[in-house]
Amino acid sequence: MTLIGDRQQLSYIAAQAADARVNVELETEGMTLNIGPQHPATHGTLRIIARLDGEQVVWAEPSAGYMHRGYEKLTEVRTFPQVTALVNRIDWLGSFANEVPFILAAEKLMGVEATPRAQHIRTILFELSRIANVSLFLGDLGVQLGAVTPVFFAFRDREYVLNLIEAATGGRFHPNFDRIGGLKDDLPAGFIDETRSVMKKLRNFCDEIENLLFGNEIFQSRTRGIGVIPKEVALQYGLSGANLRASGVDWDLRRDQKIAMAWDKADWKVITHPDGDSFARCWVRLQEVRESTRIVDQLLDTIPGGPVMVKVPKIIKVPEGEAWVSTENPLGEMGYYVVSKNDQGPFRVKIRSASFNNISIVPWLLKGVYVPDIITILASLYFILGDIDR
Amino acid sequence: MHALLASDVPYWAQSLLRVLGGLVAVLLPAGTVVYLFLFKMMSFMQSRLGPMEAGPYGSLQLFAEVGKWLQKEDIHPARADKFLFKIAPLVVLASTFLLVVVVPFGPDAWFTNFEAGIFYALAVSSVSVLGILIAGWASANKYSLLGGLRAAGQLVAYELPMVLAVIGVVIQAGTMNLQEIVVAQNAGSMFGWDGLGNPYLLTQFVGFAVFMIAVQAELTQTPFDMPIAESELVSGYMTEYSGFRFLIFFIAEFATAGVFSMIAAVLFLGGWGVPFSWFGWTSLGDIDNWMNIVGPLILFTKMIVLTFLIMWVRFSYPRFREDQLQGFAWKVLIPVSLVNIMVTAILKVAF
Repeated sequence: MTLIGDRQQLSYIAAQAADARVNVELETEGMTLNIGPQHPATHGTLRIIARLDGEQVVWAEPSAGYMHRGYEKLTEVRTFPQVTALVNRIDWLGSFANEVPFILAAEKLMGVEATPRAQHIRTILFELSRIANVSLFLGDLGVQLGAVTPVFFAFRDREYVLNLIEAATGGRFHPNFDRIGGLKDDLPAGFIDETRSVMKKLRNFCDEIENLLFGNEIFQSRTRGIGVIPKEVALQYGLSGANLRASGVDWDLRRDQKIAMAWDKADWKVITHPDGDSFARCWVRLQEVRESTRIVDQLLDTIPGGPVMVKVPKIIKVPEGEAWVSTENPLGEMGYYVVSKNDQGPFRVKIRSASFNNISIVPWLLKGVYVPDIITILASLYFILGDIDR
Repeated sequence: MHALLASDVPYWAQSLLRVLGGLVAVLLPAGTVVYLFLFKMMSFMQSRLGPMEAGPYGSLQLFAEVGKWLQKEDIHPARADKFLFKIAPLVVLASTFLLVVVVPFGPDAWFTNFEAGIFYALAVSSVSVLGILIAGWASANKYSLLGGLRAAGQLVAYELPMVLAVIGVVIQAGTMNLQEIVVAQNAGSMFGWDGLGNPYLLTQFVGFAVFMIAVQAELTQTPFDMPIAESELVSGYMTEYSGFRFLIFFIAEFATAGVFSMIAAVLFLGGWGVPFSWFGWTSLGDIDNWMNIVGPLILFTKMIVLTFLIMWVRFSYPRFREDQLQGFAWKVLIPVSLVNIMVTAILKVAF
């Protein structure tokens, strides 16, 4: 297997150049391939229109909107507490993380702040939903590249995390647990010990995936040097999250902004990778799951006492004003711009979801790659359809 | 089979028996491989149980599946070339039946005893490429077309290392007749010790590795499953097939896995035989008749071991890219097998 490595990448580039020459001479015709909306690699209903020359992409564009549910508009006819039930359906794999920035924005407008205990538990649940989200990515990565086994490991170990979230919130997928001023409930008895053992299992899972996929030569030859996003391009397209950090930009909202959450109480580091290719994106996510388990472990030790809810009125009216709060969600930066007109519900909400911006780079990135690499690149960019279409 | 079937069996009855034997030789490995590996081993590797409801430990699941497929309507895409679309799976399955014809199952239990058996086997194994190309073209589907073209490129590229890997065995055995290759292995000796015969796995391990990799590619199993590539091409050339035509593709896939494993067992593991020294046999002539019953079982066991290898790799590895696959065939496998042939030839002359 010595052929795989840098030489392989060089020959790949050379093959691309050769293809271009041959096609001029033979006057071959292109073919338009519709990848999706119904396609196994699109995690739902993303449609990618690709113009192919043989198996090489000449031009490609994602066509989003097949699953648009109008959440921004729907929030206008909901009260503030009701909105969480909507927004945790945006990124359905890490639902709790969707609620947090919205509640933080509402709290900012009202001028209340959750109790330290509530902030702590919020952060723990936030990181648990990150783990639930990204661990499924790590399994799905294998399926996209043709390895069927890792996804079952991912589902097996994600189940433990979902059980934890269920124990704490009552909901596995849609917790709807965050409240303005705190949380609906305190943690259940035994949650802390259980979480510790689950975090251990998740670290084992990361090792498993690393052995099974990341160390595999075929996986490396399929991802290294494929879909390279340079630092400047990543910034220009507004990428966020692991996609940005994999391009070498050291930027993580958990660390870089002052926010009423408990990330600063734990000792962890932001993972970056200089390469910007598909492998880097996958690797960064793997390491972030590990860091998340470390964050959770440390926060479990230092949960402060006290209530989980401050006193807020029974019927919440949010004073007039505008607020923008974003957090570092599993998929990248997720933010809510909330406009309130001193009413029970928001006047207008703009949702900035990570995946929508992350896939905006797809036309730039897919130019000139081969069909199998489309799948690699889409898998490594990691989007969730609900997060694109909202 | 003259001992089992006395000479007064009429020709039509012999033909019928051969057809039945062929069906058993194709369907039994396919069923076993599917149940044992696709259903159970894959499930255990993935920390789940697999089918458990139909029959004890889900052993009748395959019958349930076959029943389901047979009930389905025989549909074809509106713009497909109907005749070619319908005939393609049969062409693929035909190559499996043609392959099993030359496999020896026992000292007298064979369908035909070709002098150029292995040559014939390698030739007819590429008939399936035709079927796959026909399926890919006739489906009138872009994914199918891409899959079919990939399959053609891949299968043609991997014919060569397979042939070259076999040449080492042929040189060592001095014959292309599969029956004689079996006898040569079991009657042989290693440096005068004949306790294990001389299975070519030990001397032709490079050839064995190349052969198994080429078989993996020939069967379009992961990591060489780009023609199917369900995350890229939906199901490649099989995308538009459903019902019993899909079933035929399915049977052909796993039956061919079984038959190729049998051929590999014949070439490298001594086929149906046990080392002849155990029972004091010296040639094909003085083998006891019970080997016609036990021989197929031994071959079957060896086949299970080899399909286990194929499936193990299939469930563990991600898939190559098309250009990497071609590079691997031409830059690694073919040079390695050429060197293997050279070394084998030199050693053959030297000893």
